[in-house]
Amino acid sequence: MVLQPSLKNCLWLPCILKTPKAGFRSTASGGLIIQSVSNDVYQNLAVEDWIHDHMDLEKRQVLFLWRNSPAVVIGRHQNPWQECNLRLLRQKNIKLARRRSGGGTVYHDLGNINLTFFTTRKKYERMENLKLVVKALKALRPQLDVHVTDRYDILLDRHYKISGTAAKLGRTSAYHHCTLLCNTDKFVLSSVLKSPYTGLKSNATPSVPASVKNLLEEDPSLTSEMLLDAIAKEYATQHQIDHRITLINPADETLLPGINNRTEELQGWEWVYGKTPKFSVSTCLNMAYKDSVLEVKVNMDVKHGRIEVCNIDLPEQWLPPALYSELVRSLTGSKFCPNEITTLVTTLLRVCPQDDELHSRWNLLCENMIMLV
Amino acid sequence: VCIHRVRSCSSLPSVKSKYVCVFDRSALKFSQQQRLLRTSAVSCGQIVQFKLSDIGEGITEVTVKEWYIKEGDSVSQFDSICEVQSDKASVTITSRYDGVIRKLHYSIDDIAFVGKPLVDIEIDASKGVAPEEDVVETPPMSHEEHTHQEIKGHKTLATPAVRRLAMENNIKLSEVVGTGKDNRILKEDILNYLAKQTGAILPPSPKAEIIPPLPKSETVPGAPKDKARKIPVPVSRPIVFSGKDKTEPVTGFQKAMVKTMSAALKIPHFGYCDEIDLTQLVQLREQLKPLAEIRGVQLSFMPFFIKAASLGLLQYPILNASLDENCQNVTYKASHNIGIAMDTEQGLIVPNVKNVQVCSVFDIAAELNRLQSLGSAGQLGTSDLTGGTFTLSNIGTIGGTYAKPVILPPEVAIGALGKIQVVPRFNGKGEVFKAQIMNVSWSADHRIIDGATMARFSNLWKSYLESPASMLLDLK
Repeated sequence: MVLQPSLKNCLWLPCILKTPKAGFRSTASGGLIIQSVSNDVYQNLAVEDWIHDHMDLEKRQVLFLWRNSPAVVIGRHQNPWQECNLRLLRQKNIKLARRRSGGGTVYHDLGNINLTFFTTRKKYERMENLKLVVKALKALRPQLDVHVTDRYDILLDRHYKISGTAAKLGRTSAYHHCTLLCNTDKFVLSSVLKSPYTGLKSNATPSVPASVKNLLEEDPSLTSEMLLDAIAKEYATQHQIDHRITLINPADETLLPGINNRTEELQGWEWVYGKTPKFSVSTCLNMAYKDSVLEVKVNMDVKHGRIEVCNIDLPEQWLPPALYSELVRSLTGSKFCPNEITTLVTTLLRVCPQDDELHSRWNLLCENMIMLV
Repeated sequence: VCIHRVRSCSSLPSVKSKYVCVFDRSALKFSQQQRLLRTSAVSCGQIVQFKLSDIGEGITEVTVKEWYIKEGDSVSQFDSICEVQSDKASVTITSRYDGVIRKLHYSIDDIAFVGKPLVDIEIDASKGVAPEEDVVETPPMSHEEHTHQEIKGHKTLATPAVRRLAMENNIKLSEVVGTGKDNRILKEDILNYLAKQTGAILPPSPKAEIIPPLPKSETVPGAPKDKARKIPVPVSRPIVFSGKDKTEPVTGFQKAMVKTMSAALKIPHFGYCDEIDLTQLVQLREQLKPLAEIRGVQLSFMPFFIKAASLGLLQYPILNASLDENCQNVTYKASHNIGIAMDTEQGLIVPNVKNVQVCSVFDIAAELNRLQSLGSAGQLGTSDLTGGTFTLSNIGTIGGTYAKPVILPPEVAIGALGKIQVVPRFNGKGEVFKAQIMNVSWSADHRIIDGATMARFSNLWKSYLESPASMLLDLK
């Protein structure tokens, strides 16, 4: 979906960048406001990355505006299994992304605006940025009861969270990004951010759940475009630059050399799942078999998204020992991923003795194991 | 007596004897390539405690979340050392020095304190190889942000590894265009500079470290002798190849495939191949495609191949059987669960269409659509992937004509379909016409299946496909 901001405020510059000092050719100085034409979360995160690594923010700070089609975005050091309902995400085709900044998990859709404030490391100042946003909101609708908490959240009516914050600091540059709930589907938000997985133990950063509300619920006359515009205007005023938004295409390799590689890296399994801090799963499968229910204790250690250690406490001889050890051997080192495990166990089944009873036990166990992932 | 430290050749085995440097006038005349042995335990390098610098916003402590290096690793200035987190901010800590990591002061999830040591680095302060004018080692940086070294009026920013590469190739850093951050000269920039000099073309990937071999113009055959004399002989430069082999463990799905394929090749395979004239089938499919689309289904050739195979299996049920481990019993499977080999990101997976014997061509097409979309989304379930009795592999969509497919246990037969090619053939009247020909390669378990059976099955399957109307007679 291509965003359609009002033409009089936006300028499409076919900029040619000279790396490393990326210079958007612009008559403004002191600040630059850019907006992504893409709704792909990976592309937009790649742009953040690129600006962080390549742009000289000494003379000119940058405000980046972006929106994503439905996606769950976890923080750099979080565990996706702990934070969201991965099964539901897969079913609903909602993307999962891991950002490079810290903090907690958020749900994005087109009703949510993302704002990224790029500065030099020295000028990193989150409170100032959030106060800017609040000022813009109040300028637009003076009756809005919005304020910034000391946890860097923005609350509406003293109670509902409408914005969460995260940041990334590098050697010379830094960025602070935050969300702003305009018109997000709250039903989907609450269902995807609830994890069904039990028995997970990890030191990953946990999210702090909060009650949320959309700004448009408070005032239906507002639109996402109005909010974006108000924030851009306030930023322009504070940085003494033209109120002009430059559109950028995150797939443009000429403008942003190396951007497509970054996008690929952010989409890859190794980044999204493989960067999960080490965790363990300790749970009990309740398998209904014939007339009884088997309680099977399962313990797994997962490192870099791969099963490092796997223990399944089956009744003796329930599966032939050779087959059981083959299963455990194959699971060890496998990705903690339902697709990987499914293909693994079904392939192994080919070399099992052809016994209906055995096959049904195997299938039962494997179906239950897959539910854990 | 000054001791000149000469960079040691790291590939030489370390020697237990203490490092001793001979210094006399002649030492100054040592060529650049001279190396002296040095033990790895020598403390020539000064160990510096790299402290965690100020994060900003008055933060005093952070949590260490990931180490990018380990003890014993070499680091260059600006390399990432670790990732720490503080109150929703993730911070990348980069090295201020070049050297070797000697100690990590924290483990993952420990709290680290601003102003306290984070890692110990042994500074790589080696100097001394007679430098060219503009190529000078960068001494360890002070706490302030000065990252430029003024050398005879030139600001050249490069890590020691890059400087070494430049030096080995007699390149002046001032002549190289730096494309790294702050105009740093990167390894790629040196390689680009070299390539321009030799006229060679570097591979497009900036990560490539291969400099292609120089054109040997004097050995070009057929070049007229006088012309050869006029072509300047390129200066011979050492060919630098620093690619490394990469070893990865075989895990997960791959491991399972290893086991299955090893078992598969224990089956005595025999092959049987043939050509199928699909001219009529192509026409039929063209007719039926729009009808299927109206019903929301994409119709390919596979549903026809699958249904024809099932009709053939009704006549030759042994091809839909399974032999037990001890080769004592043959089980004739009642259901025709025909597997379709699918190529996915992970590799080869084989979901199957259940009970083809009671499905119409349309049913099969719909089921194939479902399996294909689940397959590409990586969401196939266990029931889709188990219970197959016979397999078809349409390798022709990628390419190829004849193949030698491997039987997937516990099945006893498999067919590989090549691509459809338009070739000239003779018809009954001896006239040449355009025929759509596809090749099929069957493999079967010779322990229970003989060549004649396979041939007859193939002929029957072929006849159904060559005159699709005949399928109507036998459709159930």
